[in-house]
Amino acid sequence: MNMFRLFNRPKSAPAARERLQVLLAHERMVVGTDLVAVLREEILAVIAKHVQLDADRVTVKMDRDEHCTILEIDVEIPLNASAQAAA
Amino acid sequence: MGKVIVVTSGKGGVGKTTSTAALGAALASRGEKVVVVDFDVGLRNLDLVMGAERRVVYDLVNVIQGDAKLPQALIRDKRLDNLFLLPASQTRDKDALTSEGVERVMADLKRYFDWIICDSPAGIERGATLAMRHADMAVVVTNPEVSSVRDSDRIIGLLDSKTLKAENGERMEKYLLLTRYDVNRAERGDMLKVDDVLEILSIPLIGIIPESMDVLRASNIGAPVTLADAKSAPAQAYFDAARRLAGEVLPMTIPGEKRGLFGKIFGRKAA
Repeated sequence: MNMFRLFNRPKSAPAARERLQVLLAHERMVVGTDLVAVLREEILAVIAKHVQLDADRVTVKMDRDEHCTILEIDVEIPLNASAQAAA
Repeated sequence: MGKVIVVTSGKGGVGKTTSTAALGAALASRGEKVVVVDFDVGLRNLDLVMGAERRVVYDLVNVIQGDAKLPQALIRDKRLDNLFLLPASQTRDKDALTSEGVERVMADLKRYFDWIICDSPAGIERGATLAMRHADMAVVVTNPEVSSVRDSDRIIGLLDSKTLKAENGERMEKYLLLTRYDVNRAERGDMLKVDDVLEILSIPLIGIIPESMDVLRASNIGAPVTLADAKSAPAQAYFDAARRLAGEVLPMTIPGEKRGLFGKIFGRKAA
């Protein structure tokens, strides 16, 4: 019975890895909260001057790799946005 | 001018003091002048691990407050005469360390030593931030375990924002020292692997120290593991890490990896 359990026990390391990846992606964002929030507001303001957009469709993220911190900006612009701005 | 290294981790009990002592002795055995500095005011232990607990007269706080001169507080190692210890105070608390005082002591040490290795207290409070403040490079000690990896991530963030280097817009060199690694458990899928931790923390690896009886044995007798048994697996791993810190390029070996069926049956010695 015990032997059976030993061989069938699921591996735990992949769970550790996944939990950490999710948690740290979140925590890195929260720790840099001020900067990310400020950047988001200002980027939004600049783009809104030229195209009409939905504030909820803008995401600003900070991530890190070996050499640098990466600022990721994702802006969704509606198809007819420029026309609206021009009008 | 000497190089300042901070040995830090966020989480307690992962091997900062053990690693400070082992790396300090390894660098000193290369002939360089080394001082290991205990920043854990109130809970000092580097003196004990180095086997110098009965020789402490003055400490870091005494020097900072002007009650003693730096040479009076430095303790020369009995085994290596170019290895020194600057102990922390046991009776004070971390507020006894002032930012200016630490700066002055670090500047003095840099003139006399090739390497100044600062053993950081656990946590992210004042003691830890003062220990990392003047560092040129950081050794982040991490166990392959979720809470240690999370805390290391936090410390890496502090190293990139709260140090003089970071404030001056320079890049802080940060290296991962993975300790208490058990290659068999990792292979079985029950411990984070080296690559998992590297991928999550994204800083270069300086060494992998195997989980080993030799580490406890060394601290029992009051000797850095690199001096207690230089041929043991953890000592070898620390010697390699010290060479990498000094700029040598060596292939990374995972300690205890080559253990065939014979080894599995006849002894759980490997690491």
